[in-house]
Amino acid sequence: MVENVRDLLKAHEGIKREVYLDNENSTIVPKEVVEAMLPYYNQRAYGNPTLTHKPGWEAFETIMGASQKISKFIGAKILEEITFTPGATEANNLALMGAALANKHKGKKIVISAIEPINVLHVTEMLQKFGFTTTKIPVNPEGFLDLEKLKEAVDKETVLASIATLNNEIGTVQPLKEALDIVKEKNPDALFHTDASDAYGRIPFNVQELQVDLATVSSYKILGPRGIGALYVKESVNVDKILEGQIGTQKLWPGVENTPLIVGFTKASELVFKDFEANTSHMRKLRDKLADGIFAKLSDVKLNGPKGDKRAPDNANISFLRCEGEALTIELSLAGVYVSSGSACSRRLLQPSHVLVAIGRKFSEAHGSILMKTTRCHTEEDITHVLEVLPNAVNRIRGIVGSTGVD
Amino acid sequence: MSRVPLPYTQKVLDLFRNPKNLGKLEDANVIAVAGNPACGDMITFYMKINDHDVIEKITFESYGCAANIATASIVTEMIKGLTTEGAWKDVTWKKVTEEVGGLPSVKFHCGILAVGAVKRAIRKYYEQKGSAPSWLPKELTFEEKQALEEEELAKKMSKKLKAAEEK
Repeated sequence: MVENVRDLLKAHEGIKREVYLDNENSTIVPKEVVEAMLPYYNQRAYGNPTLTHKPGWEAFETIMGASQKISKFIGAKILEEITFTPGATEANNLALMGAALANKHKGKKIVISAIEPINVLHVTEMLQKFGFTTTKIPVNPEGFLDLEKLKEAVDKETVLASIATLNNEIGTVQPLKEALDIVKEKNPDALFHTDASDAYGRIPFNVQELQVDLATVSSYKILGPRGIGALYVKESVNVDKILEGQIGTQKLWPGVENTPLIVGFTKASELVFKDFEANTSHMRKLRDKLADGIFAKLSDVKLNGPKGDKRAPDNANISFLRCEGEALTIELSLAGVYVSSGSACSRRLLQPSHVLVAIGRKFSEAHGSILMKTTRCHTEEDITHVLEVLPNAVNRIRGIVGSTGVD
Repeated sequence: MSRVPLPYTQKVLDLFRNPKNLGKLEDANVIAVAGNPACGDMITFYMKINDHDVIEKITFESYGCAANIATASIVTEMIKGLTTEGAWKDVTWKKVTEEVGGLPSVKFHCGILAVGAVKRAIRKYYEQKGSAPSWLPKELTFEEKQALEEEELAKKMSKKLKAAEEK
């Protein structure tokens, strides 16, 4: 199997320019972030932060400093409200499972949107084993939550609502404050969690302004290292830990703290927020150039998600009709442009992206969808290159499709 | 089940990049389709079968992944010039998979669908003619059944989607 992959890699030899746009699924980690992390592997703060020696105290000081900074970036009141976890998947698992189990005496109903990420969706399915039921609130064709349906769904038995601030696939910015007010009005005891992994660093996000109870943020979504994220838990909210082990400085997550990754996450956050306006307008400018260019050069294309300021600044999710997504990702890869698709083949599942299905896209539209995200590290030339490569790739795959698969 | 990158073989990649016998066939006397766009997996074969039951020409179109394109393309190479009987008996999905140097197990269905589409075309040819040769089984073969199953599944999925929309 690995031999085949080596051959596939060989087929990429000779590519002159590479543009990585699959920033939904993993990202580069810029040099300055890596450089900030390196001393923490073997020069300082490599000790266990719970122990009584200099490298331990250094680690403690480093982690507390990082908590302080992350809490400031998201608007938390005190640093104890931040728990570092090994990523957004773990933070979402901790939020849903931990909050549901710790508060099950209040009720056993959970409310989520139909377009929550898998690491929320599947946790609610798992919670059925503990007697919890889940209501999925539908969204409109642009991915906005149906607030009327939310109002109907929340009642005295509702223990927890979880709605992502910004959808990771189609970039929809939810009316989160309105959603939260509805939930709290119907049931002041219900907890409100938001997965803000995609909001953090892309749109203004502040836990105190929103008054959310729990919020997830992630390092790799802001060009930080993979393997680190954080869960915000409001001081007054009870959450059970979901893993057993040696508890250290993070009372909700056991195990030895990963100080270098925490440092990398903090550095990446600093870089984003140092020039927040400039960074987001750079992403938006390149995203618009990309999307506008595609619409100008190709027919039978559809934008997935809303237009305008209720869309994430980096997100271009586009369906190419009469074109199968996995074939297109391979064709583009061979030309040095790296993207992902919501097609069933690409996801190795029977069904295409549940988000695209929830906004009413036909299966064939979902199979032909490509997700691209711009970052502050991309240049105008990168996007110009993509616009040169992409129409040829789409046209070649459409040539293979012919009139087959037109529904 | 873990999710790994699809380790396509060099042969699959070659056929994906340079598919053989691609496109419509003007003088086709039988056209068969298998699969469904809902599954993102669909093939059309165009065949010209002559009076001696020899598959003289065959071309394809494919709405699907690289494995779908590669298996459809290799099937056209494998059966061109064979008699319908030879194509029916000798071209199995396992042979197709071997010919492309193997497929990831999640992609076996692509080879199955390609062979299912060929068998469907041959069956259709004799239906059009109004007489079936004695070697042609009345019962559907494994590959034809699998193709049907995939199409049924696609229909179910579409129905489910429609029902959800109406809710």
